[in-house]
Amino acid sequence: MNLELTERVLEVSNLKTYFYLDIGVVKAVDGVDFTVDRGKTLGIIGESGCGKSVTVHTIMRLIQSPPGKIVDGSIKLYRFRENNLDIIEITKLDPKGKEMRDIRGKEIGMVFQEPMTAFSPMYTIGDQIIEAILTHENITKQEARERTIEFLRRVGIPRPERTIDTYPFQLSGGMRQRAMIAMALSCYPRLLIADEPTTAVDVTVQAQILDLLQELQEEMKLAIIFITHNLAVVSEIADEIAVMYLGKIVEFGSKEEIFNHPLHPYTVALFRSIPKVEGKLERLVPIHGNVPSSYQIPEGCSFHPRCENAIRGVCDVTSPELIDVGSGHKVRCLIYQKVEV
Amino acid sequence: METVNKNLSTPLITVRNLKKYFPIQRGFLRRLVGYVRAVDDVNLEIEERETLGLVGESGSGKSTLGRTMIRLYDPTDGQILFRDGDRIVNLTELQGEELRKFRRNMQIIFQDPFSSLNERMTVLENVGDPLLINGLVSSRHELVERVIEVLQQVGLRREDIRRYPHSFSGGQRQRICIARALVLKPKFIVCDEPVSALDVSIQAQILNLLKELQEEFGITYLFISHDISVVRYMADRIAVMYAGRLVEVAPRDELLSHPLHPYTEALLSAVPRTVTGRRKGRAILTGDPPDPANLPSGCVFHVRCRYAKDICKEEQPSLKSISSNHYVSCHLAEVLELKGIGVYS
Repeated sequence: MNLELTERVLEVSNLKTYFYLDIGVVKAVDGVDFTVDRGKTLGIIGESGCGKSVTVHTIMRLIQSPPGKIVDGSIKLYRFRENNLDIIEITKLDPKGKEMRDIRGKEIGMVFQEPMTAFSPMYTIGDQIIEAILTHENITKQEARERTIEFLRRVGIPRPERTIDTYPFQLSGGMRQRAMIAMALSCYPRLLIADEPTTAVDVTVQAQILDLLQELQEEMKLAIIFITHNLAVVSEIADEIAVMYLGKIVEFGSKEEIFNHPLHPYTVALFRSIPKVEGKLERLVPIHGNVPSSYQIPEGCSFHPRCENAIRGVCDVTSPELIDVGSGHKVRCLIYQKVEV
Repeated sequence: METVNKNLSTPLITVRNLKKYFPIQRGFLRRLVGYVRAVDDVNLEIEERETLGLVGESGSGKSTLGRTMIRLYDPTDGQILFRDGDRIVNLTELQGEELRKFRRNMQIIFQDPFSSLNERMTVLENVGDPLLINGLVSSRHELVERVIEVLQQVGLRREDIRRYPHSFSGGQRQRICIARALVLKPKFIVCDEPVSALDVSIQAQILNLLKELQEEFGITYLFISHDISVVRYMADRIAVMYAGRLVEVAPRDELLSHPLHPYTEALLSAVPRTVTGRRKGRAILTGDPPDPANLPSGCVFHVRCRYAKDICKEEQPSLKSISSNHYVSCHLAEVLELKGIGVYS
């Protein structure tokens, strides 16, 4: 079997998720492509409303329909069972059906931003993790409990034999987020989706969570999709980075390429507008204007009204394609497309 | 009490032994069972036109300190001295009408611009109310003109006065909050996480605006943030707070590159950087911050400190000067070699 294929975990192509609302159509995800391989982390960065969360919620089929709808594209999940490779087309599954329920938690684990709302307040941490394990695996309750304690210990929760019987509100924010990670990994998924997992915690706890995710990734050869709006955080954890703006990936490349040679005017502007903790202190150059409303995405290149390099009559008319400029570095900008032509 | 002081080089604000304890009450009879020591024996000075950055984890007492300094909370003990021209006003002793009158000198900008504006009031009312309350305008025309003037200073337009807060984006709402703080021409503004709720591309607009306003009007800021890169951009000096106490105060670059307190070192190592390759061992700080209702003996940080010695468990260190302008509260400050961040201006 092709080695490359066995390493692959997820392949998303031309994914489009639209929301049909009374006031109009929101093209939350509008043609997104990426792949994720074992042991690698894809970082997705973007501001609120850029579609990064909707992308991963679509992968998990957690988008409520109506109003949400997968309009186009495919999500291929590479699944191994007894040395057999299945390729499952997630977009074709019934979001409430057994097949999709088998994938959630078992093939793909997910960690959310706010662990207080992701856990039910009515059940203990242990009850909730054990339930997840028993849903997917044919083992006894006692075995599931032992595995839960093991996982809680692994994510660095002190005295897991006791913590397993505590309620979410009895834990600190950092400990809750660790319990959330334990739950997401309790059935040994090959892919972990982390949706802003450190946004609600302090920097000291954030550092602990990032260290932990990296250790677990090496141990379990996990593929991770890490969503954040924080550029420094993404640089700490990602191998590859996708920059999203208004539902589209505007730039994609290895972390080194994105940070050392950013090409898209949005990425460049983003770097110049963010204060850095190291190196020379430079005056910030803000990106002018605001992120446009999702109901009224500008014609042509959606970034053109805020872009310093926009060419009138070109950028406001033609939609740029995501083109490869070499070594896997892709950019969606007419400046680079012109060079190609 | 007001004392006359002709010495203009005295700091704009001097805080001495400031304490703010919140009572913990339990049961039906609301029996007093203890205190949360949110701010415990804080001493600091802020010069005129200076920005003092205040960093620390959530629950460390940053916001309580900021709010107590402008008397939004009544301090439990200690003094807050505010220089007003050539007199020194003891804020802690002001009451009633006197305090109300003095409040125009000090304002606050909150974190969340979605909950700190009155949704039922237009921008004109939101921003103009402080002028009416303080009786600073004599006619409606004057009110409108003054509000328009301040809106333009923060980058909003004349027409915006009739709009309601809901029709503005987060960044614009924060501009309205800044306009409201600015309209009374205060000398001192507490900025409590003013950009934390904003999108990354908007943060720089607000930070630059705050800097420009400081230049133009000579405002003094206490800038509270959990984001050290933001504080680095804004502050002249940085104070680090842990469990209600100041553990280190120093000029910005000095504190970042040569921290003297183990907590500052741990905090700096945890800050995400733009790195290539993989960085390990970011988290040198384990465990959670202590419960402020039940603080450890000796140095409040000793339970999490990797350098702690016996003395740290027994004796509480005080904030003392190590070199000019660099204050630290650690028994081992002179001995330890700590790691900072590579910075240059």
